[in-house]
Amino acid sequence: MAGQEQIRPGRRDDGPDDLPPPTPAAPQVQSSDIDDILDEIDGVLESNAEEFVRGFVQKGGQ
Amino acid sequence: MTVRRVMGIETEYGISVPGDPAANPMVLSGDVVTAYATSRGIRPARASWDYQDEMPLRDARGWDMGRGIAHPSQLTDVEDPTLANVVLTNGARLYVDHAHPEYSSPEVTTPRDAVIWDRAGELIMREAVARLSTVPPGVNLYKNNTDGKGASYGTHENYLMSRATPFGRIVRDLIPFFVVRQIMCGSGRVGIGVDSRVNGFQLSQRADFFEVEVGLETTLKRPIINTRDEPHAVADRYRRLHVILGDANHADVANLLKLGATSLVLAMIEDDALGADLSVVNPVAALRAVSHDPTLKRTIELTDGRTLTGLELLTEYFDRAGRYLEQRYAGELDADTAEVMHWWGTVLDHLRRDPMEARREVDWVAKLAVLEGYRERDAMGWGDPRLRAVDIQWSDVRADRGLAHRLAATGRLEMLVDEAAVVRAVTEPPTDTRAWFRGTCLARFADEIVAASWDSVIFDVRGARVFQRVPMLEPLRGTKAAVGDLVLGAADAEALLTALAASAD
Repeated sequence: MAGQEQIRPGRRDDGPDDLPPPTPAAPQVQSSDIDDILDEIDGVLESNAEEFVRGFVQKGGQ
Repeated sequence: MTVRRVMGIETEYGISVPGDPAANPMVLSGDVVTAYATSRGIRPARASWDYQDEMPLRDARGWDMGRGIAHPSQLTDVEDPTLANVVLTNGARLYVDHAHPEYSSPEVTTPRDAVIWDRAGELIMREAVARLSTVPPGVNLYKNNTDGKGASYGTHENYLMSRATPFGRIVRDLIPFFVVRQIMCGSGRVGIGVDSRVNGFQLSQRADFFEVEVGLETTLKRPIINTRDEPHAVADRYRRLHVILGDANHADVANLLKLGATSLVLAMIEDDALGADLSVVNPVAALRAVSHDPTLKRTIELTDGRTLTGLELLTEYFDRAGRYLEQRYAGELDADTAEVMHWWGTVLDHLRRDPMEARREVDWVAKLAVLEGYRERDAMGWGDPRLRAVDIQWSDVRADRGLAHRLAATGRLEMLVDEAAVVRAVTEPPTDTRAWFRGTCLARFADEIVAASWDSVIFDVRGARVFQRVPMLEPLRGTKAAVGDLVLGAADAEALLTALAASAD
């Protein structure tokens, strides 16, 4: 899709210093569970993430 | 004292039109309320809001803010006929608050019921979205609290408290709890800073928007303890504590703990049984520091000189609650209190072993697990827009698009209440507060009600020359047990008012 970011090789470490370290490697059963979740989310996630995020603008409330 | 008390949750939903960020959110929010009201046969002109007892500028510290110096957004008691505002048969209020549609739940007495009627609100918003989707591009609603660009909107809790409790003690003993409560109740957020200027993940949607410890404002200079003193009840007896720093939850356990643990801490404060002062140094900075640390390792300083992690401080509150309940009830807890203590202890254990173990119970952990999965699989940095898209879409109210709903539907979130109870709560009020009277009157006599509010119902009885206002300043009166026979046995509003008058003699 237009506007979709390219997948970058290797994790980009662009967070602040105080970010959490990556979570420890999960047991195999949980890893495949996460893969299942991601597959499912891939199917419904807004295809143009950048435009979707840019378009989500709210007025302040209470 | 237990977890039981009169309480409720009010939620402002994020609102947007796909592909049209410039759409007017006030008009859209009115459309949401009107669409739902129309689907239920409610005419917003009838059953509108009675503002007589609204006092948004009354301060719990004992004074009124002058109207001249109030920000226009604080003048919530001025009726604007262009804004839709209805009371529902479940006792809730559905209306436009500033630029968001808001669902204010009916008064309930248990954390579990608070979760049920909060989720009912989400079904109501989902129904409105479905109705509006028939005219593309429709309107989308989000049960979240920030756009990540500098704007925030609230999910407020309300707790009825004894007026006798000194407000200063509430402030002292509650602030440290609120600094760390987000560890088990936060909904998670991609982005650090009100406008997400630093990439990263934090526990809470709201933490970065709080600037002071105590204050009356809710839309600017937001305070950890809000002093709005508008009890909607007998003011001499009750205070309504208006809590504005919480996040909207999707995880039932986190939502139950938000209401339940807070109610228990308030019980200890009312009983003056909390024990030694747990005040933290610079609470506003500590609130943010805790939120910015998903490892839960960072420490905060207490004014007594101790240095604790947020989790240790939260555990201190849990331990004190356990001892308090042991002293008061010797282990014989009612089911609602036992449930809250069970989950509070379970979640603390999970978080202590490995925060990721709480992914079934706590929103921010569930969200972080998904985000870390993406980061691992697709090698994304925290600035990747897809991670922010996940964060926003997490809270989409639609069952097929909302990511939290997808997780729940596939058994990945611990569900405490079943869907059937939530569906019933869309139309039925809780039976054990005045919300039962309000909601049931609206279900039975809608054509003869001109307005309602938290503490009144105003009838326009056929043939009568004046409106008749039934005040309901005692939140635990008007229950099904107290007036069920009267209300259900009355053929019309006139018969109801006659029966009520006779029962008062």
